Amino acid sequence: MDQKRSTLDLFKTSDLATELRLGLPGTDDQPEIKTSLSGNKRSSSEMGSSTCTDENESRYSPPTNDQVVGWPPVRSYRKSILQVKKTESEMGSGMYVKVSMDGAPYLRKLDLTMYKCYEELMKGLQEMFKCIIGLYSEREGYNGSQHVPTYEDKDGDWMLVGDVPWEMFISSCKRLRIMKSCEARGLGDFV
Amino acid sequence: MPTMDPNRKKSKPVDLVDSVDSRVELTESTRSCPFPDEVLERVLSLIDSHKDRSSVSLVCKDWYNAERWSRRHVFIGNCYSVSPEIVAARFPRIRSVTLKGKPRFSDFNLVPEDWGADVHPWLSVFSSAYPFLEELRLKRMAVSDESLEFLATSFHGFKALSLLSCDGFSTDGLKAIASHCKNLTELDIQENGIDDLGGHWLSCFPESQTSLEVLNFASLNSEVSFDALEKLVSRCKSLRVLKLNRNISLDQLQKLLLHCPQLMELGTGTFMQELISGPVTEFKNMFSNCRKLVTVSGLWDATPLYLPVIYPVCASLTFLNLSYATLQSSELANLLFHCRSLRRLWLLDTVGDKGLEAVGSCCPLLEELRVFPADPFDQEIFLGVTESGFVSVSRGCPKLRHVLYFCRQMTNAAVATIARNCPDFTHFRLCIMNPGQPDYLTKEPMDEAFGAIVKTCTKLQRLAVSGLLTDRTFEYIGQHAKNMETLSVAFAGNSDLGMECVLKGCPKLRKLEIRDCPFGNAALLSGLTKYESMRSLWMSACNVTMNACRMLAKEKPRLNVEVMRDEEGSDDSQAHKVYVYRSVAGPRRDAPPFVLTL
Repeated sequence: MDQKRSTLDLFKTSDLATELRLGLPGTDDQPEIKTSLSGNKRSSSEMGSSTCTDENESRYSPPTNDQVVGWPPVRSYRKSILQVKKTESEMGSGMYVKVSMDGAPYLRKLDLTMYKCYEELMKGLQEMFKCIIGLYSEREGYNGSQHVPTYEDKDGDWMLVGDVPWEMFISSCKRLRIMKSCEARGLGDFV
Repeated sequence: MPTMDPNRKKSKPVDLVDSVDSRVELTESTRSCPFPDEVLERVLSLIDSHKDRSSVSLVCKDWYNAERWSRRHVFIGNCYSVSPEIVAARFPRIRSVTLKGKPRFSDFNLVPEDWGADVHPWLSVFSSAYPFLEELRLKRMAVSDESLEFLATSFHGFKALSLLSCDGFSTDGLKAIASHCKNLTELDIQENGIDDLGGHWLSCFPESQTSLEVLNFASLNSEVSFDALEKLVSRCKSLRVLKLNRNISLDQLQKLLLHCPQLMELGTGTFMQELISGPVTEFKNMFSNCRKLVTVSGLWDATPLYLPVIYPVCASLTFLNLSYATLQSSELANLLFHCRSLRRLWLLDTVGDKGLEAVGSCCPLLEELRVFPADPFDQEIFLGVTESGFVSVSRGCPKLRHVLYFCRQMTNAAVATIARNCPDFTHFRLCIMNPGQPDYLTKEPMDEAFGAIVKTCTKLQRLAVSGLLTDRTFEYIGQHAKNMETLSVAFAGNSDLGMECVLKGCPKLRKLEIRDCPFGNAALLSGLTKYESMRSLWMSACNVTMNACRMLAKEKPRLNVEVMRDEEGSDDSQAHKVYVYRSVAGPRRDAPPFVLTL
């Protein structure tokens, strides 16, 4: 009964999907548990360390799709194939991280191995989010631009993108967040 | 066992003109011209469509009899609407059966296991009534290995088996089919809940098996013996459909294609290779002899490196199924550049709006498009296609009739444009993946979108709606969707009025499936006089009570009103899942404990 009420409530609040997200992205690291089809010779038994984490519960979000049984209407067979493909692509050669931008309702996913240096990454981010990030200078950080790219490293700390050499960055970056520059003040001090 | 009508062979005079016009059952005294049964049967045997045959059988007694003796194929859309005994009594000479079982929402886990739709009772009756049965096509039926073994050993001329969305069997059942069906022409295993115990079943085809025309094992995961497969393909000279599973490498595909240049439909397997073993030119030309290929599917792991191998056959392709290939927009564009004759195209939304632009510019003959979501359950990720991709396709493909489109954003204006560009839609299924999502630009409900569809597309037969919808949508549907036969609704509507409009206004409605909508008892009961003209009604997570269901069952004894109990068993006065369908077989006797027939 409760579940039914909550799903019925969905069409009473009409702006769920465009809800702005405030607050930091999830800080709880919960490795996503992936299953692979049995018998498929491509499936790997190792669970690679996931770069996808569940969002922080305290941020308001509409009921996620896996709370609603059978929605979206995708057949079980197709679901399991997609799950396998997703697992494979994330455990394969790509290095996918979630990217969020303050003010944008949806996250994106980025394959860090597609870029060879910070410049290319900035270009990619700017294209993806249609924003201007500007140039990084060691002394001033990203002064002068409205958006500041930050990333969460292996230890869970939020750092300014560009602080460390590229190779070190891609091996430690777990997710990206493009912050509004007014909120990023102070981050540049942590080198 | 059907008894032979003793009057069958006698010529009976029938006034054909009168009987066609008036559709009244004529008695012997009103007949004026002789018309032998044999001739009538011969003529009627040329009629294939089961709808036409139903009409024919209503003309008069003679026609009813001639039709039932000449029918070779029976289509049963709901296995519980009739019993196998009734079917066998009416149609004595059936060679081919199509049988559908569970309600469609069982595909999305809304129906518990062990609900029913067991094929075995049907096979038991058929084994004595139709010993010469040749074809069996099952959809959403429960099939066990024992049933498959029974099938394989009871019907000696059995030729064609097709299983779609069925469950309960394993590859052991396939072993029985492969071993015993000496005349097998078709083995079509699609998207079932099958227990894959290994690929040995394929090796069970005997050396004497040379008649296969259709072999589809694309959805099975286990590796089959390539040697056995290659030998099988090379000795089946009539093979026209071959759909391989993901374990078949590109190299192996190349070898197989050498043996079947007559192939018309191909499921390619993985389409991937770490290293090419043979000469590169031969590899590149592996499709050059496949001059009859019109359908290609699979391409599971195809990359830009290998896709060009398929270009030589693209010009004649009419159906391309890329719904398991994670292609990006440029890869798709390069491929479609060669596929100018496409009528049907299935895609994953990884191709993006840019990929859909390529569809619009390359495929002017396109009639069917399905865009499936690559990542349907991760709500935060914004990938996939939007309204602009759909609009691009509609601009370039005015002949579109059949669309299934999964997206995360849509606008009323875009759908109105799409309707204008493609007024011939017969099947329109739009799935905006976030439940109850409005027009993302105007923030209004998506009522006008579906209003535009039903107003403009007068030939619409099938509709699935989504997004934030008020009763308005259903008013539009009731007013305009006069040819609509199937409607799927989820997370929509405000009140009973919505459902009432549909039930009142859509004369051709046959299947109505509703979930998570605020339709209640008044809505359910407003269809009292309608449900017998429909195949079925499904309502789950709505506002219907048990009392209303009991009332419906009492008023309409020829309907089966089934209520599925929730596992929690919390509120016994609410009817959580209701399935109503007409039946001449009465309430079903195999209902599990959680299904209450009222």
